[in-house]
Amino acid sequence: MLKDITIGQYYPGRSILHRCDPRLKLVATIAYIVVLFVAANPLGIVLSILLLAALYRTARIPGKMILRSLKPIVPLVLFTAVLNLFFVSGQGEPLVSFWIFPIYAEGVRQAILIAVRVCALIAGTSLLTYTTSPIVLTDAIENLLRPLGRLHFPVHELAMMMTIALRFIPTLIEETEKIMNAQKARGAMLDNGTFTQRIKALVPILIPLFISAFRRADELAMAMECRCYHGGEGRTRLKQLRFTASDARCAVVLALALAVIVATRFFVPGWLG
Amino acid sequence: MSEIIRVEHLKYVYNPGMPDATTALDDVSFSIEEGDFVGIIGSTGSGKSTLISHFNGLNRPTEGRVLVDGKDLWAPGADLRSFRFLVGLVMQYPEYQLFEETCAKDIAYGPRNMGLDEAEIQRRVKQAAAFVGLSGELLEKSPFELSGGQKRRVAIAGVMAMQPRVLVLDEPAAGLDPEGRDAILGQIKAYHEATGITVLLVSHSMEDIAKYANRVLVLHKAGVAMYDTVENVFARARELLELGLSVPQVTQIFLKLRQMGLDIPTDVYTIPYAVKTIRRALEAKQKGEVR
Amino acid sequence: MPTETPMIRVQDVRFRYDPDQPAYAVDGVSMELRRGEFVAVLGANGCGKSTLAKHLNAILLPETGTVYVEEMDTRSEEHLYDIRQKVGMVFQNPDNQIVATIVEEDVAFAPENLGVPPEEIRTRVDEAMKLAGIYEKRDSAPYKLSGGQKQRVAIAGVIAMRPDCLVLDEATAMLDPHGRGQVMRTIRHLREAGIAIVAITHYMEEAAQADRVLVMNGGRVVMEGTPEQVFSQTERLHSYHLDVPQAAELRDELVKAGIAMPENVITPERCAEELYKLLKD
Repeated sequence: MLKDITIGQYYPGRSILHRCDPRLKLVATIAYIVVLFVAANPLGIVLSILLLAALYRTARIPGKMILRSLKPIVPLVLFTAVLNLFFVSGQGEPLVSFWIFPIYAEGVRQAILIAVRVCALIAGTSLLTYTTSPIVLTDAIENLLRPLGRLHFPVHELAMMMTIALRFIPTLIEETEKIMNAQKARGAMLDNGTFTQRIKALVPILIPLFISAFRRADELAMAMECRCYHGGEGRTRLKQLRFTASDARCAVVLALALAVIVATRFFVPGWLG
Repeated sequence: MSEIIRVEHLKYVYNPGMPDATTALDDVSFSIEEGDFVGIIGSTGSGKSTLISHFNGLNRPTEGRVLVDGKDLWAPGADLRSFRFLVGLVMQYPEYQLFEETCAKDIAYGPRNMGLDEAEIQRRVKQAAAFVGLSGELLEKSPFELSGGQKRRVAIAGVMAMQPRVLVLDEPAAGLDPEGRDAILGQIKAYHEATGITVLLVSHSMEDIAKYANRVLVLHKAGVAMYDTVENVFARARELLELGLSVPQVTQIFLKLRQMGLDIPTDVYTIPYAVKTIRRALEAKQKGEVR
Repeated sequence: MPTETPMIRVQDVRFRYDPDQPAYAVDGVSMELRRGEFVAVLGANGCGKSTLAKHLNAILLPETGTVYVEEMDTRSEEHLYDIRQKVGMVFQNPDNQIVATIVEEDVAFAPENLGVPPEEIRTRVDEAMKLAGIYEKRDSAPYKLSGGQKQRVAIAGVIAMRPDCLVLDEATAMLDPHGRGQVMRTIRHLREAGIAIVAITHYMEEAAQADRVLVMNGGRVVMEGTPEQVFSQTERLHSYHLDVPQAAELRDELVKAGIAMPENVITPERCAEELYKLLKD
């Protein structure tokens, strides 16, 4: 179950999207999220999904990867959808009514829209992490935040922390599973029992996990020192960020596509909006 | 002797249905007699860790059955947790599972989960601590103040204190120096002899297997390649090498002698037996010369 | 031409972790490492071998005594990064040494810290990955690799600094035999490339491949010599809680049983040869 979390999972490839400047991808993803909320009408959503599908195709990332990224958020999506279904009241007669909750056509519409929008949001950000190795992404963040450095904001340190966190997520997940199994083998009740029992059962897992994380941190710090790490000053990078002509073309295409989607907000026919 | 573990056509697949599905065990069948000391060997990825996680229900067979003391772990209505107490599992680097304030409390964690009364818990903690050579004064210390080898022994005692019918250990000596390794394995052997409990020992060290086990299970590519007495398994040294496994250095020496054309047995796996074999060969040679 | 000076000189170093405790972790050690040499340091846990190793690249500084790396005192702060660049260090747990999420980016970490220009980093990273035999895995995520592969990534990450010496602090202790074999092969490649090796270990088979073996006990160097000289003293090694190769043990037991065997038998090959001479008709 724990392994399903795909945040920060890079899907190596050599497509245009993989090679694209990470700063552009980062900005575009943010823009995409904004657009999803601005163009909250059916046509806008359909177009955003088509755009996303086209991008996934360009990146040559199989459809099952999208499903995998969506799997962990299914409960959240269902929950918000159900909330909308029952609590959005519309004009006219309710379609059906469950007990004291009438369901209106507007509610169904909203529920579908919100579910699709959340899915598109997750799939969109996953596309960023699938096509951009976390370290390159951190580079982009560091680069985009650089102006803040002049205000003594620790930009490099922040980026380094993110890199290390990303690097250790899979390791710590694996470790958690091992510790859980070890304690289960000693009769720990993790799968059943009352709420308080379960909370208590977490102690034998969290303590070893934290101790191990501190030990790892200690060893990692020493290994980094041995490799002459001394902060961001005077550091060079293997991969220089370069905004190329092809990046510029991508930027223009994306900007236009997003503009069209935003425009739907203003000109969609009445029955769609 | 009776059978304590029976594995029937066991198959286990990781991530079934996914594109990265891997078969870790395929049609594995064997049985273990109560009271045996079985060494489990095989290269990394041969399915050793997956196999031992089946004995106490941490893994559920994709196909086939695992019977412990004649009962199927996954039969409808079976109490899985009671099997956890029947088969004690010591994982790799078990010291990383310690969490209590004192060693005594940590060792008591398993027995306490079994719902035993306090007096019985204390009795078991003392007994298990004695098996692994932990003194009373160490028991009141925090496990995090101890050396690596001592921590490991606390963790092993924590499983012994559950008094399982089968004790399974995954590389209990990994990362220890020769002294720590001999101490821990010696204590496990003494525990085996004193209690008559079945012990399954997963190890990469052929020398250790040769020294402590009486039977050896060899896993290769998700299946059982050999399962026999120690003598018979190491007599097939050449096959072991072909499976990508090593054999004890003494065995290598005798294999080389055979290659050089000497008529000498190759089922030699311990030093005393090697000395005996060489002496016998020398005597045979001298007799031959006299004649 | 100047006479060749040793790469590393350790002079009467003493060190303790807690100055209030009377016991020294390293208690008066002197040693030298020549260019391109392979030295194995053996000893039971707590004998001070890892503490000594950490003195070789200024992770620890001696309480008394001096460590020179290429004639630079490890205490001189202005040379700190020169020293760490010359003496690379690889530790036991490969997981806790890898910083980045992609192999080649991790290998680039040290040269990036040293401020090497990007094109030069590319060359060094490729060269280091090829030398460590993980070039094929350059795009992989480290957590998907086997233990032996991860440890070779860690080695490549250090080699990319182009050090003169590589210190392996029990770098094979957590690996299975296959992974150990991979790392040992990599070490042989590094030696051919002229890099000096200091291997801290308690595996005899690894120490047997060294030019010179030091045995430590109680913070001191108690034995020193070629592997043949050291491993043939089985009783003494046992007294330091160390193993001896089974070949040497067999040779000793045979001598005890009254069967004549020559000295310095430490490898199975040599042992088989001697036995063959004894038994052939």
